[in-house]
Amino acid sequence: MAGEVELQIELKNLVRTYDNVHAVEDVSLSIPSNQIFGIIGLSGAGKSTLVRLISLLEKPDSGEIYYDDERVDSLAEKELIKRRRHVGMIFQNFNLFSSRTAGQNIAYPMEICRYSRDEIESRVVELLDLVGLSDRKNAPISTLSGGQKQRVAIARALACRPDILFCDEATSALDPKTTQSILALIKDIQKKMNLTVVMITHQMEVVRDACDYVAVLSEGKVVEQGPVKELFSHPKTNVTKEFMSHLVSNTRGVTEEGVVLWSDFPAHYILRFMDNRVETPVISHVVRRYDVSFNIVGAGIQKVGDIKVGTMVCDISGDDEMVAKAIASLKKRGITVEEVHV
Amino acid sequence: MSSITPAIWRLIWQSTLQTLQMVSLSTLFSVILGLPLGILLCITSPVSQGGLRPRPVLNEVLGRVVNILRSFPFIILIILLFPLSRLIVGTAIGTKSTIVPLSIAAAPFVARVVETALKEVDPGVVQAAKTMGSTDLQIVFKVLLPEALPSLVSGLTLTIINLIGYSAMAGAVGGGGLGDLAIRYGYQRFRTDVLLVAVVVILVLVEVVQFAGNRISAKMMSKR
Repeated sequence: MAGEVELQIELKNLVRTYDNVHAVEDVSLSIPSNQIFGIIGLSGAGKSTLVRLISLLEKPDSGEIYYDDERVDSLAEKELIKRRRHVGMIFQNFNLFSSRTAGQNIAYPMEICRYSRDEIESRVVELLDLVGLSDRKNAPISTLSGGQKQRVAIARALACRPDILFCDEATSALDPKTTQSILALIKDIQKKMNLTVVMITHQMEVVRDACDYVAVLSEGKVVEQGPVKELFSHPKTNVTKEFMSHLVSNTRGVTEEGVVLWSDFPAHYILRFMDNRVETPVISHVVRRYDVSFNIVGAGIQKVGDIKVGTMVCDISGDDEMVAKAIASLKKRGITVEEVHV
Repeated sequence: MSSITPAIWRLIWQSTLQTLQMVSLSTLFSVILGLPLGILLCITSPVSQGGLRPRPVLNEVLGRVVNILRSFPFIILIILLFPLSRLIVGTAIGTKSTIVPLSIAAAPFVARVVETALKEVDPGVVQAAKTMGSTDLQIVFKVLLPEALPSLVSGLTLTIINLIGYSAMAGAVGGGGLGDLAIRYGYQRFRTDVLLVAVVVILVLVEVVQFAGNRISAKMMSKR
């Protein structure tokens, strides 16, 4: 994590309340430039409101938002519209114009920014090529698949060369395979255009597969944040741990990450082994020392960023006291033990 | 009962032309009056209903005016608007002067049709247009109206059909057209055959407009 990190988006003590309900409660975040920053939270955690605040669609009740060093939450209408033209955004439901073809959708932001006709024409072709839809320029939106629609939406968001791209649950309406291809496209574009990408999601796999940094949002507050790798290896809060357990329960059966569950028997524990401990015989040691037995239901190795995370789904049985001691011992050795409530 | 002479056929033809003139011109004027009103009703409505620029008081006042005009019995409206017709057209009777009350009666209907059609546009699409930095004017003319076009066409079809009906009613107070013919010849002179022909022509007009409207709307939808 060397290199200087310029603070591209800075949120300070944001508060937004609807009818006495704190949708966003005192959120402060630094979103570095030229990175993919994830904001994860369950529905109702305040994600959508936070997005509407950061993308300047709504004003906070209090708090400040900075893009680079420019304060943007208090801009006047005219300046606000100008600023929004340098912000790209894609949505869960794509939000494409049904009255326009794929190409015309991409042309829209350039039309309102008063690009010349020739410029629009050539940029549309260029963008369609970028998202891999060169042959669908004149296609009506309804004839496109979900993944293609999101590609058109991405091209449209990038049309006026924004410096920020917001993705609001951009892959939540897509199947896993399409999700992967859209995430790959976003990662690719982020590098090519040096974009600051903010991804709002409730899917841990999106964070795992695409983000560099992540903030966990719960009940309108940021409860945990940091580089994705760190969060995965040492989740601190229960909210984060719960998200991680979803990741495993989502991967019931064979998955591309290689976590294999060979029994549907409800196991009570998920152990996570980080990089350096993948090859140590910790389990054998614990079994011998505390006289407990492990019933392993599933296991596999997942890659998070550059590090390997071994995941083991298992039951630990024996004397209650001994089980507790065994777990403590595992934790002492840097293994994350999550209890699954079944 | 005598048969319909060529002279009467000519009369029917002239009445049909008068009806077409009344209906087409009053459609035009009611759209000119109703479209901006409908757009205004939509954008001044509360944010929860898709209002871009909520103006509660203005919205309430406009809504009330539209409701009052719409609940007015048309025949009374024509009589009340005699002075206005005289002022604009110079006379209160005949085809041209009927266009004034027809347009004013249909304008609030058009306004509601436009308002409803615009409010049906997916709020997500409007949000997307907003995040891209569209001005309100751009959202209305480049997003809301094009997106709502098929339902606007359906609404316009309904307006024209309403106006055909209204224009027939205007015949009762000397408005000209097929309604006038049906009342003066068919009813007052007991020419049931003329009455019947007038009614059939009106029915045919309504059917043609409905058919054309449906076709245009369907064709638009098929291209989306």
